[in-house]
Amino acid sequence: MTVGDGRSIGFQNVSKSFGAKQVLRDVSFQIREGEALCILGRSGTGKSVTLKLLMSLLKPDHGQIWIEEDDVTQLDGAQLSRVRRKMGFLFQDAALFDSFTLYENLALPLSRLTAKPQREIDDVIDRVLESVGLAGDKSKLPSELSGGMRKRAGLARALVLEPRILLADEPSSGLDRITASEIDELLLRQKHEHKCTLIVVTHDVRGARRLADRLLVLDHGRLIADGPIREVERSTDEVVRHLLSE
Amino acid sequence: MPNAFEATGEITLFGLRALRELFRPPYETAQIRRQLAEVGSKSLPLVVACGFALGAVLTLHTRRSLVTFGAAAWIPTIQALSFFLEIGPLVTGLLVAGRVGSGIGAVLSNMRATEQIDAIEALSIDSFKFLVVPRIVACTVALPLLTIFLDFSGLAGGFVSEYAASQLSPRLYMSRSFAAFKWSNFYPPTLKTAVFGFIIGTISAFLGYTTNEGARGVGRAATQSVVLSSLIIILIDVLLIKFIFFIFPETAL
Repeated sequence: MTVGDGRSIGFQNVSKSFGAKQVLRDVSFQIREGEALCILGRSGTGKSVTLKLLMSLLKPDHGQIWIEEDDVTQLDGAQLSRVRRKMGFLFQDAALFDSFTLYENLALPLSRLTAKPQREIDDVIDRVLESVGLAGDKSKLPSELSGGMRKRAGLARALVLEPRILLADEPSSGLDRITASEIDELLLRQKHEHKCTLIVVTHDVRGARRLADRLLVLDHGRLIADGPIREVERSTDEVVRHLLSE
Repeated sequence: MPNAFEATGEITLFGLRALRELFRPPYETAQIRRQLAEVGSKSLPLVVACGFALGAVLTLHTRRSLVTFGAAAWIPTIQALSFFLEIGPLVTGLLVAGRVGSGIGAVLSNMRATEQIDAIEALSIDSFKFLVVPRIVACTVALPLLTIFLDFSGLAGGFVSEYAASQLSPRLYMSRSFAAFKWSNFYPPTLKTAVFGFIIGTISAFLGYTTNEGARGVGRAATQSVVLSSLIIILIDVLLIKFIFFIFPETAL
């Protein structure tokens, strides 16, 4: 497997800084199609930035970012939209459009990016909302939903276009353990039933152990561990051992 | 000083980008309708109430002087010319800058802070076209319409004030209001408010859309939207009046 082979996702020598602060330093990694990768690390080590770079919401200072056959650092406009269509993004605080109902949040991408008739759009929304356990809440505004419901609604919106690659930024943050494991279950179901490639940024080591085929640990913008969980657990790096000690 | 020039350039480019995107598909008609309701319908009560009160107060102030000089019959004419030429356009501009400008700045900066704009981009939707263009269009279209409402509510306020003092009939008040009135007193000043609307929409959207300071940026964007929009409207008004005098010399008399 090589970066840019058309079937994998990867960073190649990616660096990113904000002003004087360098967030990522020469980071390279690859993810196979259908694989689940969890990115761990202390706060401020560039985990969320990594996801935003993959989604092209940020541009790197150096390096290449491959989504299957496309280097997204070289794309813009319609080409970038085409690549983003393959991906779904669950934001940390769900980022639901607060003036739209749950139904409208999900209908927006469907009505704008597909040629589905209204009836089919309604069917898709009903099916996706049912799959995340929010079937009876589609007329609610985001402000009427609890934290866990908002996360599930954010996941429903990320899934509504049936992405092949799902990015999740701290899906369990701010949630109790039971709700967090329900979100993890939903993510796992995407991986197993829809063969989604999962890339999850998390602080929740317990969740990472359940979800991940591979772990990636970032510290001070550098990649300090990359491999299957058992392999990373044997790392002698103090930061890695500390992170996985939970 | 270089920062002021830089900001002016950035806001100008932002406005030009909005104009260019307006004519490129997909056309955001649903969002434009939504924003027209937000900017237009929801500003209407404020604009009408303000116009009515201003009209009544203006008549109260001018009546004594005009009666002293035996020119009481000119009160409706002065009222109409004052409102249609200047009070209506400028006051509507300032009211909308306060109500709508701050709203646009706050909403967009909050959307930025809560990653809603990133979420729109992540869904392969052009956030600029979806959020910015409809707001600028709504401000540009709504301002002239709101100005007409403020002009006529000002006349209504003036009439009530005059009727209380002299029992002037509504028919006579209206005929005197428009006795010296030309279309050139109506179209150019009313249409110049479309420029005000474009300025309010562009500045407010720019400040909200480009902020990246989290919750602190929300308050800052809202405040700066009002201050900057109001200031630029007043300055541009001077230039536009000179321009209108040049194109329609009879209105300068």
